[in-house]
Amino acid sequence: METIYLLTILILAAFLGYFTVWRVSPSLHAPLMSATNAISGLVVLGAIIVAGNTNNPEILTISLMAVFLGILNLVGGLVVTLRMLELFKKKDNRKND
Amino acid sequence: MISSLIYLLSAFLIVISIDCMSSPYRAVRGYYISAVAMGLALITCIATNINYNAHLITAALLAGGGIGIWFALRVELSALPQMVALLNGIGGLSSSLLMWCVATHSHINFIIVLCFVIGLITFSGSMVAFAKLHGWMHRNLSWTKWLSLILFVLLCFVTWFYIENDGAGFHALVTIVLLLGICLTMPIGGADMPVVISLLNSFSGWAVVLVGLLSGDLLLIITGTLVGTSGTILSYIMSKAMNRPLLKIIWPKKIQKKQEDNTDGIAKKGSPEEAAFIMSNARKIIIVPGFGMAAAHAQQALKSMTDILSKKYGVDVKYAIHPVAGRMPGHMNVLLAEAQVPYENVYSMADINSEFASADVAYVIGANDVTNPVAKTEVNSPLYGMPILDVEKAKTIFFVKRSLGTGYSGVDNPLFYAPNTIMLLGDAKTITEEIVKDME
Repeated sequence: METIYLLTILILAAFLGYFTVWRVSPSLHAPLMSATNAISGLVVLGAIIVAGNTNNPEILTISLMAVFLGILNLVGGLVVTLRMLELFKKKDNRKND
Repeated sequence: MISSLIYLLSAFLIVISIDCMSSPYRAVRGYYISAVAMGLALITCIATNINYNAHLITAALLAGGGIGIWFALRVELSALPQMVALLNGIGGLSSSLLMWCVATHSHINFIIVLCFVIGLITFSGSMVAFAKLHGWMHRNLSWTKWLSLILFVLLCFVTWFYIENDGAGFHALVTIVLLLGICLTMPIGGADMPVVISLLNSFSGWAVVLVGLLSGDLLLIITGTLVGTSGTILSYIMSKAMNRPLLKIIWPKKIQKKQEDNTDGIAKKGSPEEAAFIMSNARKIIIVPGFGMAAAHAQQALKSMTDILSKKYGVDVKYAIHPVAGRMPGHMNVLLAEAQVPYENVYSMADINSEFASADVAYVIGANDVTNPVAKTEVNSPLYGMPILDVEKAKTIFFVKRSLGTGYSGVDNPLFYAPNTIMLLGDAKTITEEIVKDME
């Protein structure tokens, strides 16, 4: 039952993603990719849960590395996305001048 | 219960934020929404799930976040494609490390191994993509595709062995997966790069989905699926725009460079002064940028040229972007935005193709295959069927190129020898700057 429930969510989310992503303007495909890249850094949540509930030194070391890399992906991706979007935003201000 | 609700809220906000990307004016707002959503999820997770090692986790978060910000701020804008590839690989490595943890303290099942494998392939594949985009690796070795076939068979066997024996043969698994990622990306290069990056991007998303399925975390399932579908759709768009099915991109044939002498006619070579004269007397100019513009960093010069043309001579200047121009999806748009070219002047292929017929000049800078009319006429050409920009309909065509050589596809472009084409051979930036000088 549990698995079916999760798979249902997955399929619904896939439809949602399908319709949302097709609406994205082609000029923003680069920031879209960078933003989704940052989103995939959310795997850090899983790593935090593992690291926060273990006493085993081996698991702790590996999960801390996962936390480190995951948050690096998340934060780095967000900053890169912002830098790309800022480029598009600048011109709006110029246009209003 | 409350934490689940917060996760659900942030999943909702992240979907909204991607929807905001449908317009560049709402995109920044959407960005902040997604940043808030991720922060919310992160804080909730830290507040509710840490029972031990709080200090170490905080240190890892701060170190990772700090290095992430530092790197992302320091990297040059021209290096964005490889930065995206690098971060993508890091994310993949993170999910496979997480799976390693899960595998050491619980019973190993197929999903754990699958997630581990996908994460690690994303990692090693992205590192190769990074090296290629960064210019550390130039050759595309097509023979490694056979190696990856062998490795895939080995991988199936080792995976089975690993699950059956509950963890035996871990090192063999890691080695094979890393090599597989390298061998899969090795043969792909050049204009196919956008597809590879999008594919790897979707891989990292599917890895997150599997993490979510294992832990029953709805946030990870929803957001991971978004990333996965987005990457898949982008790869689809890119491969469609190149008229090459995904399989052919992953499994490329050796590219045969055609002999130069089987083309008839002589290409007319022009000078920047000539180009400046013709363009300043035109009414409508369409600029077609390609990877050559990015490689030569010519976007600023191009912008000054556009400014002079429109302000001093009153010319209507537009930009036409082919979906696969550059090395990642939307690459040209970012570069033109960097040079502060107004968003309204940049058109996608579908919107501008009908306008070439009324254009006086098409200024093709660093693009080749995406303008090749062979794609419409010659059934036997590898380019046949690829949607192209109808540059040949313009009255005069300028090609700014380094040489008369073929493009990535290895197909000669008959447009070079057309009577109304003028070749401006040389560095894209230097030539554009000279044109600007002559116009002033």
